[in-house]
Amino acid sequence: MDTRISGLIAQIFLGLVNGSIYALLSVGLTVIFGLLRFVNFVHGAQYMVGAFLSYLLLVHFDVGFWLSLAISPLVVGAVSAIIERTMISRLYSIDHMYGLLFTLGLTLVVEGLFRYWFGSAGRAYVVPDMLTGVVNLGFMYFPRYRLFVVLASMVLCIGTWLLIEKTRAGSYLRAAHEGPQLLRTFGVNVPLLLTATYAFGAALAAVAGTLAAPIYQVGPFMGANIMVVVFAIVVIGGMGSIKGTIVASYLLGVAETITKIAFPQAASMAVFVIMAAILVFRPEGLFGRQA
Amino acid sequence: MAQMSDDIPLQIENLHAWYGESHVLHGLSLTVRKGETVALLGRNGVGKTTLMRSIVGIVPKRKGTLRIWGHDALATSAHHVARLGLGYVPEERGIYTSLTVYENLVLPPVLSARGMNTEELFELFPNLKERRNSLGGQLSGGEQQMLAIARILHAGASLILLDEPTEGLAPVIVQKIGDVIRLLKAKGISVLVAEQNLFFASKIADRFYLIDGGKATATFTRDEFKNSRDLIEANLGV
Repeated sequence: MDTRISGLIAQIFLGLVNGSIYALLSVGLTVIFGLLRFVNFVHGAQYMVGAFLSYLLLVHFDVGFWLSLAISPLVVGAVSAIIERTMISRLYSIDHMYGLLFTLGLTLVVEGLFRYWFGSAGRAYVVPDMLTGVVNLGFMYFPRYRLFVVLASMVLCIGTWLLIEKTRAGSYLRAAHEGPQLLRTFGVNVPLLLTATYAFGAALAAVAGTLAAPIYQVGPFMGANIMVVVFAIVVIGGMGSIKGTIVASYLLGVAETITKIAFPQAASMAVFVIMAAILVFRPEGLFGRQA
Repeated sequence: MAQMSDDIPLQIENLHAWYGESHVLHGLSLTVRKGETVALLGRNGVGKTTLMRSIVGIVPKRKGTLRIWGHDALATSAHHVARLGLGYVPEERGIYTSLTVYENLVLPPVLSARGMNTEELFELFPNLKERRNSLGGQLSGGEQQMLAIARILHAGASLILLDEPTEGLAPVIVQKIGDVIRLLKAKGISVLVAEQNLFFASKIADRFYLIDGGKATATFTRDEFKNSRDLIEANLGV
């Protein structure tokens, strides 16, 4: 094969790795936005805490990657459920701006605490033994761990989409989005549904954090950095469209790495240029419904 | 004080309800007995819809006595009221536009073995069977009303509230809804229906309440209704 083409394919695959982390984060954000109708600004902190928990479990308790992949989302999900029940749920009936300010404030508190406890330097999380080395994909050698991240993310994102679009639990979520009051009169415990959804979105962020730990550095501001891109992706995909955010995440991950070779200085700008273009020509996003 | 009993599907005494600061129900009392179809008659804005919404718990600020099968419904949270056997078909029908017809039909959790299965319901409403995979938003007004009723039948409620079920519908569909209400009666289901169409109400109801100014001002049996038609029409401004 032409080396230039195989080089391009290699970049596309690397882009898919970033896209995988974006996808997990943006899907969680979209699920929460879709049902609770507020933007969860603390999502980045939930991702960071997920990564940190896994790191601390490994370093201090010798708990390996696979177990952390279960424990970390469970802990983050449970704590987030408590936060939703005791604090966020009080904000639904008032202006959405309060939800935004509250979660933004919570982010600053959580990030501040982690910086105070652990310093702002990034820490490395070693790739689990089972996933070290490379896999021969035929046209390129690809790190086994990164391939695992791409597959795990795709399974979780498509699973979430199927859960919401095709199952009975999902029909409750869609109905609760459209008309929560009537759904309650049918005997569905809507407040519990909101709490569970919030916890689920937060748990997805923690999964993303754990998966990202061996790729990026684990640090208090890892969430803040990535969320800037993730919010842009949610806008590009179309607020509230799960399918749209999944597709946009992978596309943008790839677009970012391709810009990195074609025009390195613009790499970190690419996402925002695309977002601006989308806002001008298709403000409802790639897959959004016209309001 | 009337006697409270758990054989009475719906017993309301001196009910007050508010929308924010506006006081809509002013001490309304009424009873729906087992197997009875009761019609609420009254002009727009007298509180019929507010009454329905108060019974299901959508109006949060309520005072007085509201018992469903003997249980204190005012002390029961909104999602538990349905489990007392209550089914509600709102005036706007409340079909979820992003769910398919089938998803709408099976959406409310089944409350009792009384619930009809989807086969029976598709037999009763063949239109819905044809459109089972369409989105709720694509249905006509009549189809939406059928679906709103079918979904409560699927849940198996023992007391059904119908808010203006015939409003804005073609005569042939109104007739179908009349048939369905008679079927509910045959199954022993109690029904409270708000209805502007006097002729339709006279065909389906066993008893009638005249609602005015947030209160029940008079009640008529079927026979009394026929004899007092002039009075009722004067009251409704027909």
